[in-house]
Formats: sequence, C-alpha cells, structure tokens
Amino acid sequence: APLTDTVPPQVVPGADPSARQLCFAWGPAEVLVCETLFGRAGGSRSRSLSRSPCPSRFCGEGRAGAAARALTGSLAGTGDGAPSSSRVFVVRRDQDIYIQTLRKLFNESHGIFMGLQRSEEELAGKSRKAQLVQVSKNYRSVIRACMEDMHQAAVSTKDPALQGQYSTQVSILSAMELIWNLCEILFVEAATAGPLLLRLLDWVRLHVCDVDSMVREVLSSESPSKHKLFWNVVDIFVLQGRMDEARHLLSKEASANPTSMNMYRILDDLMKKMPVPSLGNTQTLTELELKWQHWHEECQRYLQDGTFASNPHMESICKILLGDEDAILEKKELMTTWYHFLVTRLLYSHPTVKPMELRFYAQSSVDLFLGGESSPEPLDMILMAAFEFEMHQVIKECSIVLSNWWFVAHLTDLLDHCKLLQSHNLYFGSNMREFLLLEYASGLFSHHSLWQLGVDYFDHCPEYGRVYLELHIERIPLSTEQKALKVLRICEQRQMHEQVRSICKIMAMKALRNNRLGSALSWSIRAKDAAFATLISDRFLKDYCERGCFSDLDLIDNLGPSMLLSDRLTFLGKYREFHRLYGEKRFPEAARLLLTLMTAHIAPCSFWMTLLTDALPLLEQKEVIFSAEQTYELMRCLEDLTAGNPDKQKFQDDDVETTKVEMLRLALARNLARVIVKEGTVEGS
Amino acid sequence: SQQVWDKSENGDWHCTASWKTHSGSVWRVTWAHPEFGQVLASCSFDRTAAVWEEIVGESNDKLRGQSHWVKRTTLVDSRTSVTDVKFAPKHMGLMLATCSADGVVRIYEAPDVMNLSQWSLQHEISCKLSCSCISWNPSSSRAHSPMIAVGSDDNSPNILAKVQIYEYNENTRKYAKAEALMTVTDPVHDIAFAPNLGRSFHILAVATKDVRIFTLKPLRKELTSSGGLTKFEIHIVAQFDNHNSQVWRVSWNITGTVLASSGDDGCVRLWKANYMDNWKCTGILKGNGSPVNGSSQQGIFNASLGSANTSLQNSLNGSSASRYFFPPLDSPRAGSRWSSHAQLLPPPPLIEQSCDADTANLQYPHPRRRCVSRPLNLLPENEGV
Repeated sequence: APLTDTVPPQVVPGADPSARQLCFAWGPAEVLVCETLFGRAGGSRSRSLSRSPCPSRFCGEGRAGAAARALTGSLAGTGDGAPSSSRVFVVRRDQDIYIQTLRKLFNESHGIFMGLQRSEEELAGKSRKAQLVQVSKNYRSVIRACMEDMHQAAVSTKDPALQGQYSTQVSILSAMELIWNLCEILFVEAATAGPLLLRLLDWVRLHVCDVDSMVREVLSSESPSKHKLFWNVVDIFVLQGRMDEARHLLSKEASANPTSMNMYRILDDLMKKMPVPSLGNTQTLTELELKWQHWHEECQRYLQDGTFASNPHMESICKILLGDEDAILEKKELMTTWYHFLVTRLLYSHPTVKPMELRFYAQSSVDLFLGGESSPEPLDMILMAAFEFEMHQVIKECSIVLSNWWFVAHLTDLLDHCKLLQSHNLYFGSNMREFLLLEYASGLFSHHSLWQLGVDYFDHCPEYGRVYLELHIERIPLSTEQKALKVLRICEQRQMHEQVRSICKIMAMKALRNNRLGSALSWSIRAKDAAFATLISDRFLKDYCERGCFSDLDLIDNLGPSMLLSDRLTFLGKYREFHRLYGEKRFPEAARLLLTLMTAHIAPCSFWMTLLTDALPLLEQKEVIFSAEQTYELMRCLEDLTAGNPDKQKFQDDDVETTKVEMLRLALARNLARVIVKEGTVEGS
Repeated sequence: SQQVWDKSENGDWHCTASWKTHSGSVWRVTWAHPEFGQVLASCSFDRTAAVWEEIVGESNDKLRGQSHWVKRTTLVDSRTSVTDVKFAPKHMGLMLATCSADGVVRIYEAPDVMNLSQWSLQHEISCKLSCSCISWNPSSSRAHSPMIAVGSDDNSPNILAKVQIYEYNENTRKYAKAEALMTVTDPVHDIAFAPNLGRSFHILAVATKDVRIFTLKPLRKELTSSGGLTKFEIHIVAQFDNHNSQVWRVSWNITGTVLASSGDDGCVRLWKANYMDNWKCTGILKGNGSPVNGSSQQGIFNASLGSANTSLQNSLNGSSASRYFFPPLDSPRAGSRWSSHAQLLPPPPLIEQSCDADTANLQYPHPRRRCVSRPLNLLPENEGV
C-alpha cells in the first residue's frame, strides 16, 4: 500500500508564519528566504493592497522581488530597507559539503572515483572482481581515515558543542562504513557459501568494538581468570568465532583449576576441532558439512552426558557451540546488535549458508533479538535490505537518512561498474547512477573550491553531465582573473565554446567598466568578439587623441594575426605601428603606412583629421619624405574630408579646425613644391 | 526602494547600495546577464519600468563598500501598473520584456549594449487580459523560436485561459499566440520556464490557486499559410495544492531540477522529480513563530537548514518517503573507539547565526555569531500521495 509522504517543514528562525509571508530567491545552490511585511491576518486585505502603493513593503505577498544577482552572488531586493524587516536567510542544501573535516573524504574519494572510471573492463572474471573489491576497500579506507580524523578532532576539542558535532559525524561515518562493508561482501565480492560466513565474521569483528575495552581490561589484569568479567570475555571470543583467543584464555583458567582439568581439555578439544569453511578450494562444501555433522554430534554427546554440568559457564559455551538460540540470546548484552547475533547464529548452526538464504535468518534474527521491544531503526532497515539483496532499497533508504549525496553516489557508481544495477533493474539502473552523481556534483559546485572536483563527476554523466556543467560553470563567480582563467581552461578543454565566449565577454565588460582597456581588449580578442573589440579600439584611439599617448603598448604591439578580428582593431594595430616607425625615425615607411591607412579605408573617417595632423611633422622634415604622388593623395584625402563632410559648417565655425586645415594645405603645398624640385633634380641627373 | 547586497570573499553579505527607484511599489527587480555589465531592471505600480546600471564609483566609495547605480532609462509606454519585467535569454541580445495590468506585453531592445539609455520598443502584444507575470523560454536551441509565456491574474468570472504562450515568427517578424493553457482558468500570479537542458520539450511552472507543472512538446510546424506557428502537445505533469491557498511565486533552481514556490500559507515549498520523473514535495521552509526581535537586526544570516538536504534527498524515493530520526549518540564509553551501535544521526539542527548589527562582519566561527540556536521544529505535514 502506498505510504504517505511526510516532509517536516524546515523552520527559518525568526520568520513568523502566523504574521508573515516568506518570499524567496534561488542562489546558485541555496535558497534565500526572506519574510515580507504582509500580515496573514489581513491576508485578503493585503491581496487587494498588493496593487496599491505601499512603500514600506517587500513588495507583495510572497511574490516579493528578491533576486539573486544572476551569476555572481549578489542580491537585489525591493522594499524600504527598514532594518527591522530585512532579514534574509540563506538556506543551503548539502550542508556536509561545508564541513572542513570531510574535505579529505571528498578529495580522496574523487581520486578513487576517477581511477574506477578509467579502469577499463578489459579484465574479465576474477581479476576484474578483485579490482572492484580493491576499489571498494579503498573507498572504505578513506571513510575510516576520515573517521579517525574526526574522532581525533572530537577528543582534542574543548568546546562541547563542537565535540557533539564531531561525534555525530563519527557515528555517521561509521554507519556508512558498516553499510558499505556489507555491500562489498554481498554485492561487489558476492561471496559464496562458505567464504560468505568468514567475511561476515570479519565484518562483525571489525564493527563491534566496544567489547574490546573489556577484553583489554581482563587481559591486562594480574590474573585474568580471577577477574569478574573473565567469562564474559571468553564468551565474546566464542560469539565472534575467535577460537584461538578463547582457548588461550581458557588454558589460564585450567592451570589455576587442576580439579576440572579434564573438563577443560574436552572443551578445548571441541573448540580446536570445530570445522570452519576455508577460503581456498581445499575442501568442498559437502566435506565441510560432513565434518560439521560429526563435530556437532560430538558436542551434543558431551552436553547430554553432563560433562560440563558442574560448570554453568562451560555448559553455556557448549550450548553456544551447538547453536542453541536461547543460549546465544542470553549473551545479548555481549553482542549488542542483531546483526552480531545473526552472524553468531550462522556460525554455529548454518556455517554453509548461501547468500539467498540470508534474508530468512536476518529477519528472524531481528525478531528474536529485538523481541518486539523496540522497532528497527533506519540503519537496521538498510542492513536488512542488503541481506535481502534489495540493492535499490539500500540506496533509497541511504538517500533518505544520510545527510549527504557522497555515499549513495559513490556506492551506486561502484555497483553500476559491477554490472549489478542493469541486471537487477533493466531500465533505471544507469539512470539512477547518473541521477545521484549529478546531485552530488551539483552539491560540490556550491562550494568555493570543491567545485573543481564536481567537473570530473559531470564528465562521467553521459546524459546530462555536459548541460549541468554548462549551467553550473556559468555561475562560478569570476572574482579574479586567475579564477576566470581556471574556469576558462576547463571550458576550453571541453570545447564549450559558448561558455568560453561568455566568460571572456564578462571579463572584458568588467575590465572596460574599470577602465582597464588592455585587459578588456585581450579578453575580447579571446572571446573573438569583433563588435566589442571595435568598441574597445575606439576607446583606445579616443584616449590617444585626448592624452597623446597609448596605454598597454605591449599588448597592441603584439596583436599579431588577432589584429584582423575587427577593422578598427586592425587600424589600432597599424596606427600604433606607424607611431613605432615614426619613433624609430623610419620616416618613409611611416609615411607610406599613414597614407595607406587612409587610401585603403582602414582608418575610420572620423580619424582622418588626426592622421593628417600626424602627417604634418613628416611634411615639415628637412628631408622630403612624401613623394609627389603621395602628396597628391594626401591632398585628395584632405579635400575629401573637408568637402565630403556634411558638417562642413563645423569646420568653418571651429577656429582650431580651420587653422589646422589651413596649416595642412600650406604644408602640403610646400612639400609638393619641394618634392617636384627634388624629383626633377634626381631624374634630371 | 531597492537594495543590492554583495557577498564578499569570506561569505559575508553587505548591502552595497540602497536607493529610491520608483514613486510607487516596486513589483519586481531582475538582473541582466553579466555579459552586459551590472544591470538591473525594475517595474512598478508607478506605470514605469526602469533600467539601472552600476557604475564604478570613486575610490572612497569603494572603501566604504558602496556602489553607485544610475538610472539609464525609464520605460514609460504603459498607461497602467507594470507588473513584471524580465530580460530575454542572453543569446537574443540585450532585450527586455514588460507586462502591464492593461494586458500589454512590450518587448524592448537595446541595440547598442554600451548605451543603455537607448531602448527601442520592438513589439507590443495585446493579451486582452490583465497581465501579472511573464517568462522567457530560456532554450537557446536553434530548433526553438523565441517564446514568451504570459500569465494573467484577471479574476472576473470567466473561463478564459490565464496562461498564453507567444512565439516569434521569423516570417512576419512578430510575436503571435501559439498556445493557451485552457485548463488554467484561475488567476495566475507567476510563471516560470525551466532551464531547457537540451530537451526537445519545455517545462513551465504556474502559480495559481495551486502549483502546476506543464510540459510543452512542440509538434511539427504546420507548413500552411498560418505562418508556421508551432503547435504544442501540452501535458500537466504535476499539480500540488499543498499551500492550501494562493501561490504567489514559482522559481526554478539553475538546473531546473527543483522548483520552489511560496504561498499564502507562509511557506516556501520545494518540489523535485526523482529519476523516474515523479514530482514530490521535498522540503518546506517556514517560520518558527518567534517574533523578529529588535529593530537593530539587519543583515543576511546563514540559516543552515541541516536536514533540508535530507528532505531534498527524499526525491530519490519513488513511492514513499518517511523520515526517520535516530536516538542521540551515547557518549563514547571509556576505551571504546566509537559507539557500538553505529548510529545514524540526523544532521545538526538548524542553527541560526544571529548577531547584533554592530558585529555584522564577524567571521563565522566567532562564538558571538552563534548566540541563538534553536532546534528544528518538527511538524510533520501530510503530503499525500
């Protein structure tokens, strides 16, 4: 039957629901929430008011205009800005992304993830499986390392609140590792009957560790066998199948108790002979079962003939060896969890349990262990789903209870590489992988530096990864040139032309606003934005006209082929070249270039007067520079300019301009006279 | 009036500008793409829309962390209240659409992006109904013509469609009505196209008496004399009346995966589709009923809604999503490394970092910023199925 969804509201402190409406705006990764001044009591009234001028409002009921600055991280709001009302709350998702101590988890698992994506599936069968198990172990060791760090942090801090936070994180990490480990055994390694039990025993030994202190206490005491917890420790060893350790302890008790030596020897012998599954192929399951049967019967015999009757501790151990459920359940306190109980039960009654049989034992273990006293917790549900081989259920439950996407994204990706998701669920398998990876990577993008990891995750999402990357990378604040270059490089590597253009355009615009013309020009050249390059070139030329010198000479001198991006940029480059030639006193070349700029219509008409004025000093040189033909050309340019200008009036009104024109005409005429003489002379001689 | 807040490198927000903009209520304010510089547009009851540009101020202004915004233009074509203003997607250039209470949508263009004082009125679309909101289709695909959706809050008793879709026709160079959402007959307060993500179809969210999400699948263009307008196959994919009241605002996150809505119930609700395209409520934001104390508090606070993320994650869930809470962690027993029950704990509760106005620039870990800390109020709300 479909259950009803329960989503508890998240409370924004200070925002009063009974009196205020909330309005909101999206940031790149967070919701900005803000209360409005409309009262709910007057709800209907304020609706009609919403169209009337109400100057001191956050403009309307919940439809207020709070707008996050599109791509940078600024906020614009409307309202009167009365201090009492302008509280804006930033509501984030993926809060874990901001936990400093988890950075290691994000950074190091990224490396493992990338390795897994690169690992080709060339390896078949066993070696591929070994490889995947190794990957899984690597993930787990990162979780463990984080857990150790977090534990250290919790121990070393004095602040109780912080300590609480760290402890919480430790418990979450330890739960994640517990779940991951079980998934590794059941799904990734897919351990078969026999080895399966050994793996589960390791799993329990690794994760049930609060009895370790009791063990240490007993072992370090002067005479362990006299310690009041002695038998507890022996029981713990037996329950976890640690036979050698249990026998070692028992031998101490035996030497202190010569009277019951025989009893000890028999129990010791039983424990020694207990058949266990082997990891290699040294024995078949049938062989094991046969041996097991013999051993079991032997234990049964000793129990029935009352060998251990005089010692209730040893009798209870013998019952445990026989897999007596009541005897095992009596040691509930020592096992602490139902899954320990499950594994102990399996060890002593079904050592050759098959993966598919696990679900029955798991369910009955929960029932027996909890005895209906307490209801299973989410962690129990997750482990149960794993024992039932309901992979999707495991992922689903983990998604609900865990406060981050890290776990489900990485686990699902690993399971997908194990080719498990497809076979279990034909259509949604790989979609779910991508769905979770997209969520995780989107979360990373909300962090000021972790977003760089997110890029690689998006790269490995075939369907939507690219679009997500495009949308997210546009929102990375381009606060410095360095950061912009970093983002740009990422876009260039992925041929994201539109984003490259956009970034360059934004940077060019920003530089222009700050009057950094050189930077603006180089960004617009990078963006191949001809119109903008023209605009900036104009600004350069205007600056030159006003100040008589160029800024950013390096850039303009080294334009190279990018000069051809726009006519105006070409002119700027060429014009600067003219100045260089002039400065280097290469007058004839300078003169030729100057003329070409006009005759080839590279220079805008508005700039001709400046160019002609620039010709003046060349005309006035002692040596004749312009040839007769060139001089005629110059004269024609000047006449075109003055005659062709519809604003002819302007020239006549403006004394300076008129004088300039007169001076030019004079200089041109004189130059012409000199050049005719010179050319005539040369030709004549 | 209007305010601009900027986030500094260390994550603090500062109000960098606050100025009077219109002579009536300002309904909306919206940013242009930064490619066009730092540009805002606002619209108001005073029958105008205005375009604002930030100019780089004098150095002593910078020191005070203030910026200057100058009005570049006032658009005075409307004879009634201008109810919404939106910049077009950037691939269309610097364009601006406004709509007004008399039912006219106007589209302006700044031909010279460096001169924001010149805007030419390119199109005037008469929608017949009082307009309350507009949304540009963000798709930059060549397959999609420029498109704008218009919502109407006309509440006279009629059954006219309150959402109309206008599409630009390359041949006539005019916007023409392509579709109307016939099923939406109640007043509409907001509409929003979702980011396209390269899909062939469009997703449109509508805020009316409830939240609705539509898909619009373009059908093959009719090659008749009708002018080649696109016809759409329209489906409603979600409809939520959880606000139990008028919904005023709908807005998508940047990837169009989460829709936020706000309504008269005083809540902001988050909606998300799981990987099987089932839409669910994944979060509710509401106030906790305590009054805002003192008039000196001003600023933007980081309310880390710890379990908002958890709720968001419910979206994965196909059929059911109940949330679980865990017993508190035992204090680790002496000598044991971790607690035996590997307990899962809920994320840290909501913590308000509230502080006095005069300490507004304190860094996060400073204890004084954490003077108020309230646990999460858990008020289960039945979301239905």
